[in-house]
Amino acid sequence: MIQGLLDGVLVGSVLSLGAIGLTMVMHTLRFANFSHAELLSIGAYVALVSDAVFSAVLQPLQNIISPFSMTWALALSIPVSLIITGLTAVAIDRFIFKRIRDNGEELSMVFASFGVALIIRNLIGLVFGLKTQLYSDDIVMAIILSTDPLLLIKPDQLLVLGITCIIMVLLHLVLTHTTFGYSLRAVAENPSLAQVVGVNLSKMVTMTWVIGGGLAAAAGILYGLNNQISPIIGKNLVLPIFAATIVGGIGSIYGAVLGGFIVGIASSFALLVLPSGYSPSVPFLIIICVLFLRPNGLFGEARV
Amino acid sequence: MIGVISYLVFFTTIAAILAIAVLGLNLQWGNTGLFNGGVAAFFGAGAYATILLGGTPQGEHIGGFEIFYPLALAGGALCAGLLAWMVGLLTLKLRHDYLAIATFGVAVAFESFVRNTSVMTGGALGLRGFERPLEALIENPFLYNILFLLVVVLVLASVYVFLQKLLHAPFGRLLRAIREDETAAQSLGKNPSEVRLTAFIVGSVIMGLAGGLYATFYAFISPQDVVPTLTFQIWAMLIVGGAGNNLGALVGTFLIWAVWTGSGWCLSKYAPVEAQIYTGTLQYILIGAIIVSMLLWRPQGIFPEKLVISQSGD
Amino acid sequence: MTEDILEIERLTAGYVRGLPILKDVSLKLARESVTVIIGPNGAGKSTLIKAIAGIVRVTSGTIMLRGKDISGILPHEMAKHSIAYVPQSDNVFRTLSIIKNLELVLKNSRESTSQRIEELFSQFPIIREKQKEKAGSLSGGQRQILAVAMALCNRPEIILMDEPSAGLSPKAAQGVLEFARALTREGVSILLVEQNVNQALRLSDYCYILAEGKNQLDGMASELLEDPIVGQIYLGGKRVVET
Repeated sequence: MIQGLLDGVLVGSVLSLGAIGLTMVMHTLRFANFSHAELLSIGAYVALVSDAVFSAVLQPLQNIISPFSMTWALALSIPVSLIITGLTAVAIDRFIFKRIRDNGEELSMVFASFGVALIIRNLIGLVFGLKTQLYSDDIVMAIILSTDPLLLIKPDQLLVLGITCIIMVLLHLVLTHTTFGYSLRAVAENPSLAQVVGVNLSKMVTMTWVIGGGLAAAAGILYGLNNQISPIIGKNLVLPIFAATIVGGIGSIYGAVLGGFIVGIASSFALLVLPSGYSPSVPFLIIICVLFLRPNGLFGEARV
Repeated sequence: MIGVISYLVFFTTIAAILAIAVLGLNLQWGNTGLFNGGVAAFFGAGAYATILLGGTPQGEHIGGFEIFYPLALAGGALCAGLLAWMVGLLTLKLRHDYLAIATFGVAVAFESFVRNTSVMTGGALGLRGFERPLEALIENPFLYNILFLLVVVLVLASVYVFLQKLLHAPFGRLLRAIREDETAAQSLGKNPSEVRLTAFIVGSVIMGLAGGLYATFYAFISPQDVVPTLTFQIWAMLIVGGAGNNLGALVGTFLIWAVWTGSGWCLSKYAPVEAQIYTGTLQYILIGAIIVSMLLWRPQGIFPEKLVISQSGD
Repeated sequence: MTEDILEIERLTAGYVRGLPILKDVSLKLARESVTVIIGPNGAGKSTLIKAIAGIVRVTSGTIMLRGKDISGILPHEMAKHSIAYVPQSDNVFRTLSIIKNLELVLKNSRESTSQRIEELFSQFPIIREKQKEKAGSLSGGQRQILAVAMALCNRPEIILMDEPSAGLSPKAAQGVLEFARALTREGVSILLVEQNVNQALRLSDYCYILAEGKNQLDGMASELLEDPIVGQIYLGGKRVVET
């Protein structure tokens, strides 16, 4: 039971990071972006490449940061991946989504995002192969927190939780204490009013993608640390991340954080009652429950 | 020669079946503006239900009720409609992206359901034990396939005529009105979410019908047939043909199906053996690229929707 | 005759290319005046204001501000041109506190933010009391006050208001319109759209009537109030000359 909670929180932290960016994009640009989860894959693979490059250039970086399985090279790769993925998200918007918006085909953006997701996922498969990969082959033993009930945690999992907390506290500080943060929240709530009071919308849209992409990259790397890296990360996570945004209410950043943890924990508990084969459908059941009980999510507001 | 013809018959049968599903999607997206991200689930519901209802009993399995074929097919389509009703009821009153996400979710859940509920769906192995109607009477498989094709084309034509009639009836005008300006339609005393729900269910029933025919043709259905790829293919067919235009939808279907099967054939024939495992990967990139480039450079499709000028009120 | 601060000449604008809502509309806004735009639903009143604010695409015509054409500005550049715009609904950020709403509008200001907010608070004591609360918790009238305060933040010369009295009680509506009147004495020029024709005409200087995206009639507000045709159409046909 407690082990389930622990595992759920771990999955939840990945989903939360992914959902923050998605909820911002969905609310500001008014479309369900099915390619958002592919940014997690991009982030994970950029880190993989950057890790290899750092290790090759500077041998000492290959040392692991005890007690984790993470090497210094991978640690340095995290900011690299955040930036590159953020810029990739901006580039995808510039070359595809923005053009479709400008054509006035806003409803088609959902569909374009399906196409973009297909292209990214399969290009990754083509370049890196369809097999799964790991950041590190070293096996780090789990720490036994208690023997009755048996409770295990790996140092890497603590690291994931730690990094997630740091990112969220930073994001919270930015949102509540800087004018940039208010502007971002203002844009998320009411883009046209934000423009009227002097917020440069296209600059904010760019920043939304940078932040959304960066957080997705972080989520992808953390997912890779705990699990494996494969081209289908995005395919597996797209529905749970959507579920997190719906639970929290589309447009609510704090809702997305909470939604991520709720979906993570609920999925992990669902494994206690459902055979594991059914786990891909759990996010859907959560979505249905939320739509039934509270259609606008925990923090969302009805919008016309 | 007979080989070529029999392949053409096969190709046309599948394309015509997919075209029925594309017409269903066109009613939802092209005419009503509803995004269905889970076509595979509604197609699959029709396929599985048809086989379960019309198949022969298989040991421990639930299903195999040996129901009279046309009824089994109708039952399959009805199941798809039932699924659509459930999803639609929950999402159609909300922002349009909820429908997109929920339908996508249905497809994921449906696939995991049929993969794991072996006692009913045969799990990953799929459902067999289906006798195709009249197959016992017609011994020549070539002749049977031609007859089957004729039936499929007949169904396709009826669906086409039905939809054309529907669109020119007051209901069709209502759909367009709601798509273009929901508030205005509402002020005319029409309940938009009810009208949209109707269109969504009818479209899904048509997809279910296509699924039923598909499963009948192969006398077999497995989770492999209801993966999200099917949704992408059907979408690409509609977008290439031209959303809103039923004739365009038909042309788009044959075009994309030709590109899909053709690219698969070329890759298997000319690509080096070690690259063969990437056949699917390359095909997806191709479909994704077609979707995105159509939206960028020709969003109205090859055959744009004809603008219908409703009579002015003056 | 006072000088015109804003001069619109043959403006054509709309949301979709090839489908103009406004056709060749002309309008002048005299300095330190209240000018009201009235007309039936769908006349293009709000569109006109939005075109000035840069929210709606202008296809032809000019919007001269102090002799300089500003047609085609981006909405976020309005403050630079000393224009402020108060939308009809959703005109405050409900999820931000009142003070943050104001700080946001002042983010590009060269003035001291805290000092300016202090000034606005003394002008509108009701929002000082609730400064830490989310704007979503305010009543309709209070929200309208906050929206006006936000518009005033950057000391605009022109304020565009889209139906400021919509959804308010008659008393609150009267208050908002009187406040607009008062602002002109501080050098602000006001262009507003109103449904509440009778009340608006009484409190404004000049009036334009639009219908089907075109100019129909314009004149001094007091004269239009007396005009039997205007009375017939807009004042419900039973215009009573109150004495």
